[in-house]
Amino acid sequence: MEKLMLILGLAMVFVGLGLSMAFHSDELLVEDEEFGLEGSATDVPYARPSQPTPTRKRSSDPDSDSKIQFSLEHAFGESEFSPAGTFTARLKTWSQGAQTLTKLRFSRNSLTEAEMEQFQKLLQGDDFYRIRLPSNVLNPPGRDYIVSSVKARCLPRDGLDEHFVIHTEGVNILAVNYGAPGACPYPRQLKLPSKWAFNSYTILKNTEQAPRTPVFTEEITVGENGEIQVPPPEKSFWAKYWMYLIPLGLIVMNAMTQAMNMPEEQAASQGQQGGAAAQRAPVPAVRRR
Amino acid sequence: MPTPIISLPLSLSLRTQIRQFSASQEIEGARSPPQAMAARVLSFYLLLFLSIAQLGVSLYEDQVGLMDWHQRYIGKVKHAVFHTQRSGRKRVMVSTEQNVIASLDLRHGDIFWRRVLGANDSVDGIELAFGKYVISLSSAGGTLRAWNLPDGQMVWETSLQGSKPSKAFLLVPTNLKVDKDNLVLAFGGGCLVAVSSIDGEMLWKKDFAAESLEVQQVVQSPGSDVIYVLGFVGSTQFDIYQINGKNGEVIHHETSNYAGGFSRNTLIVSDDVLVALDVTGSILITVNFQGGKVRIDDKPISDLVGYYSGQVELLALRLGRMFALKAHQHIALISVTNEGKLEVAEKVNSAAAISDALPFSEGQLAVARVHHEDNKVQLTVKLGNDWSTNLLDETVKIDGQRGLVQKVFINNYIRTDRSHGFRALVVMEDHSLLLVQQGEIVWTREDGLASVLDVTTTELPVEKDGVSVSKVEQNLFDWLKGHVLKLKGTLMLATPDDMVAIQAMRLKSSEKSKMTRDHNGFRKLLIVLTQARKLYALHTGDGRIIWSLLIGSLRKSDACGHPVGLRVYPWQVPHHHAMDENPSVLVVGRCQLSQDAPGILSFVDAYTGSEIESSGPVHDVLQVIPLPFTDSTEQRLHLLIDTKQRGHLYPRSREALGIFQQKSSNIYWYSIETGNGIIRGYAIKGSCIHEDSDDFCFEPRDLWSVVFPGESEKIISMATPKLNEVVHTQAKVMVEQDLMYKYISKNLLFVATASPKASHGIGSATPEEASLVVYLIDTVTGRVFYRMTHQGCQAPVHAVFSENWVIYHYFNLRAHRYEMSVIEIYDQSRADNKDVLKLVVGKHNLTVPTSSYSRPEIVAKSQSYFFTHSVKAITVTLTAKGITSKQMLIGTIGDQVLALDKRYLDPRRSLNPSQAEKEEGVIPLTDSLPVIPQSYLTHALKVEGLRDVITVPAKLESTTLVFAYGVDLFFTRLAPSRTYDSLTEDFSYALLLLTIVALVAAIVVTWIWSERKELQEKWR
Repeated sequence: MEKLMLILGLAMVFVGLGLSMAFHSDELLVEDEEFGLEGSATDVPYARPSQPTPTRKRSSDPDSDSKIQFSLEHAFGESEFSPAGTFTARLKTWSQGAQTLTKLRFSRNSLTEAEMEQFQKLLQGDDFYRIRLPSNVLNPPGRDYIVSSVKARCLPRDGLDEHFVIHTEGVNILAVNYGAPGACPYPRQLKLPSKWAFNSYTILKNTEQAPRTPVFTEEITVGENGEIQVPPPEKSFWAKYWMYLIPLGLIVMNAMTQAMNMPEEQAASQGQQGGAAAQRAPVPAVRRR
Repeated sequence: MPTPIISLPLSLSLRTQIRQFSASQEIEGARSPPQAMAARVLSFYLLLFLSIAQLGVSLYEDQVGLMDWHQRYIGKVKHAVFHTQRSGRKRVMVSTEQNVIASLDLRHGDIFWRRVLGANDSVDGIELAFGKYVISLSSAGGTLRAWNLPDGQMVWETSLQGSKPSKAFLLVPTNLKVDKDNLVLAFGGGCLVAVSSIDGEMLWKKDFAAESLEVQQVVQSPGSDVIYVLGFVGSTQFDIYQINGKNGEVIHHETSNYAGGFSRNTLIVSDDVLVALDVTGSILITVNFQGGKVRIDDKPISDLVGYYSGQVELLALRLGRMFALKAHQHIALISVTNEGKLEVAEKVNSAAAISDALPFSEGQLAVARVHHEDNKVQLTVKLGNDWSTNLLDETVKIDGQRGLVQKVFINNYIRTDRSHGFRALVVMEDHSLLLVQQGEIVWTREDGLASVLDVTTTELPVEKDGVSVSKVEQNLFDWLKGHVLKLKGTLMLATPDDMVAIQAMRLKSSEKSKMTRDHNGFRKLLIVLTQARKLYALHTGDGRIIWSLLIGSLRKSDACGHPVGLRVYPWQVPHHHAMDENPSVLVVGRCQLSQDAPGILSFVDAYTGSEIESSGPVHDVLQVIPLPFTDSTEQRLHLLIDTKQRGHLYPRSREALGIFQQKSSNIYWYSIETGNGIIRGYAIKGSCIHEDSDDFCFEPRDLWSVVFPGESEKIISMATPKLNEVVHTQAKVMVEQDLMYKYISKNLLFVATASPKASHGIGSATPEEASLVVYLIDTVTGRVFYRMTHQGCQAPVHAVFSENWVIYHYFNLRAHRYEMSVIEIYDQSRADNKDVLKLVVGKHNLTVPTSSYSRPEIVAKSQSYFFTHSVKAITVTLTAKGITSKQMLIGTIGDQVLALDKRYLDPRRSLNPSQAEKEEGVIPLTDSLPVIPQSYLTHALKVEGLRDVITVPAKLESTTLVFAYGVDLFFTRLAPSRTYDSLTEDFSYALLLLTIVALVAAIVVTWIWSERKELQEKWR
């Protein structure tokens, strides 16, 4: 009987499993993590370093009407800007009509031979590696390009590590903080990367709202000076004037002991010379000299 | 800090106390609750004295003027009206280009009263009316005011709303009355308005703009109520309206045409002739409208004055039946005969100045003409009706540094021999005002100082062996007498006479006005550049002018039509050769107001006030960057950036070039395109490649850019840390021995942007439309370190950057109040380096160069507070070593300077600070910042028209020098944490001496006593 029950139970489990395995959803799963980060969050750690991959033509995707892409261009020293990679982001339209960029993702083109050579030259000369982005992602380049640059010697580690913080305001890019993800100590040493590929970290940053000015109601009375007046509890006389009273007390005590000593002395001298003479004693002493 | 402990009870009990001790509230607040243990008591009292020291900056009544000075000015005079007849006090009413209306004492040049109008309220005209009012028209005919003549009280004010901008005239008719009420006529905004002189009520108004008439002149027909309004419709039609002055009805209207077309330069000659130029400026048109009949004549100017070239101008002078025409560096005085013929009476050099005609006895007119002859100035008063007669001919010697005569106003008086005498008020090129009478300068006012553009300071010469101090100091007896007097004052034994003597002695203490460097660094020279392109050196001790220089290379010349001064920089500051070399300053100017005009550089010796060298016109100058390098002669290297962002190196020597090239890879700069909303960063690329370039020119390379979205943000304010600021502590010790490293960098830029609507005046935007965004940007890499939005807030923004914090002031539309916010930034990348001990013993690795290219980890703390005042300027105190706590100096809307402790603007203030925080000095949180009446640096004074406040560190760490300028100048010394490192100036040395003497005497006496006693003991 027990065996039967066990077999039945096992069978039910298998059936259940089989049923769940049999269902195949035809929904297109949007792999959220593929887009990297929620860009609007400000203090999130970095995106996964994206390996250099060829640019995917996302614009052809019928579902990506809210997706936009804009290109990153780079220049070596004084050279002309050339395409270096593509940023893909999702354009979220709010009910008020405001648009914000989220889910930024970056794919960098791999460096060509010529570019590698140019980069090496930059490293030799401690020159600038420059990048630029459009200031408006909807109709690039907008009013002007956002340019940023870094001393090329800051980038090489194992590969070439770079770090983007893109400051956005709606569909506009204001500024980009570009540079090495870590420190770049001065003087910069010449170091060639072992791997000629970029490791990119990207962050999308939006503005912070200022904290509201605190408004206090009357529970705290504000004095004429604007300082908080917690009505001070009336202090005892002693608590207020102890610093005057203690020295005063000391002086009085001192005087008292002196006074105590004096009569003793006087009493002593009285025994020998008589009362009045003690007071006048110094005067005849002077005369004597 | 022993001094406050000693001086506190004394000063509290003995002084006349006009200012209460400001810190008393604070002491109460900071004191512990009664249950606190006795062990804490000591620390509380330490705190008590600390808070006194930090917040008590108040001043006693008898200390006013001891270390501060205040100078009152009015600015460059543009109109002057004399009031000398039938009045006890002879005065002259003036209005100036700094929008000041003032009444001056004609005997001494002192100010009886003055009223400073707003910055946009420029005066169009002033008139005396009915012997008791001064009527002023200002704001291009927008505001009419009447001021009481004796004391300057405003009697009434009328706002005149015109329909469109036009010329503005003020007319006070002599006998135009409606029901015993005199009328004042004002024209402005295309409307002619009659206003009652009693209460300023508008009686009638006639709009001419509706008839598209461009009114040129408004005149009263002599001896009648008819007002003539003359103007043009289009360029060729001349219109004349006759208006009944009593009710504004048009009596007669006539038009006529002149095919040549009129220019807008017109002039009324003798009440019935209008003189105008044609469109080309080559033909003189006279329009005779006597009796309402219009007759137009024309005459080529070349027929009158012969050959000329360039612009012709009719000078706006009233010369009776004459007028003045300026052409080709000459002024032609042309008289109009009764038949309407034109005759040239005289041609004078254009450097001359001519006054309006002054009627004196029986319809006779006097006209003054001033021109330069060699080093002297010739003042000639001529009879207007008969130009060949000279009423007066005097030669006056005027200081060459005052430049040319710009304007002259004359006034007549009856001499002792009953003949007519004339005095002239002369406005010079440096904006100074002189009264000339009997060939002598009666008084002078240095009103150029009302328009200070920039200020720098230099040290005074070092005391040399030859210069003896005792010369300035009195003899020993005087010194002793002075101290005995002071002692009497301290011991309250002084009679009122003594008190006066003490006060006088303090005020003119020779110590502070000496011409040598002092140990504390209080005595310096303020080098001040004014709008008149004149450089002044003021002594910080008493504000007197040591020298002044009208900069020769910045004067008008053929190469440079309208030179303007821009900034002044310290150029050479000798330290190694301080004994035998003078410091010098660099004055940067421009040929025109526009940014791309060629620049002018002038190098001036700061001790002698002579121009050492000048160059210019050179390349245009957009910004001047003093570099942190000096050459072997201690000249500072400067990089001048032109509009193409090319850098030009000065001084132009091989040595400087060598130093620069060595450092050029680490030189970065930026430009802010305010209109565009773009900030760009640059570095040096290499030598210039364009033609006519030299070795000292460098091409820029674009490094970074920040582009603000044009539709939502507009740059309204910027602030950078001061280059000469010294930061003493790099870290801040928090509660629980926690350490925060300040992020200190000179390469930071604070930018505030506002939505376009919110960047104008308050009221132009609703809270929903307004937003204010603040940025902290690194100017080497262009990284945005911090960005924060204030919703519902708007311009104007005033900001100050110091150490690792920035404080800014703006308007909150939601709260309907001004706010001040603080942002403090800390470096998180060094946060693990928290070993305080290491920091103290100096093991800490702080000397490693930091690179802007390292990724910063910045933590920002921010907090906002309400602030009652609107602000004109905001700055922060600077001290020599940066140890002393900081105070914000706020130029308030009331033209005063308010000191506000930085501790009030601490983002760490919380509602209930912990005990440890309290001990550290964190003030409990309040929603608004306190305005403590005692902390006004300007005490009872006003720095009228305040524009800026600058601070200069003194050598004494506790003290900073504060100079505020506007129309007035104000200087004072400020010790934000009290003078903890020195005794006060009025410290009674005599009392100290007396105490010592008394003590010594007591010792001697007691010694004798004890000896005697001992002797007695032994004799016993």
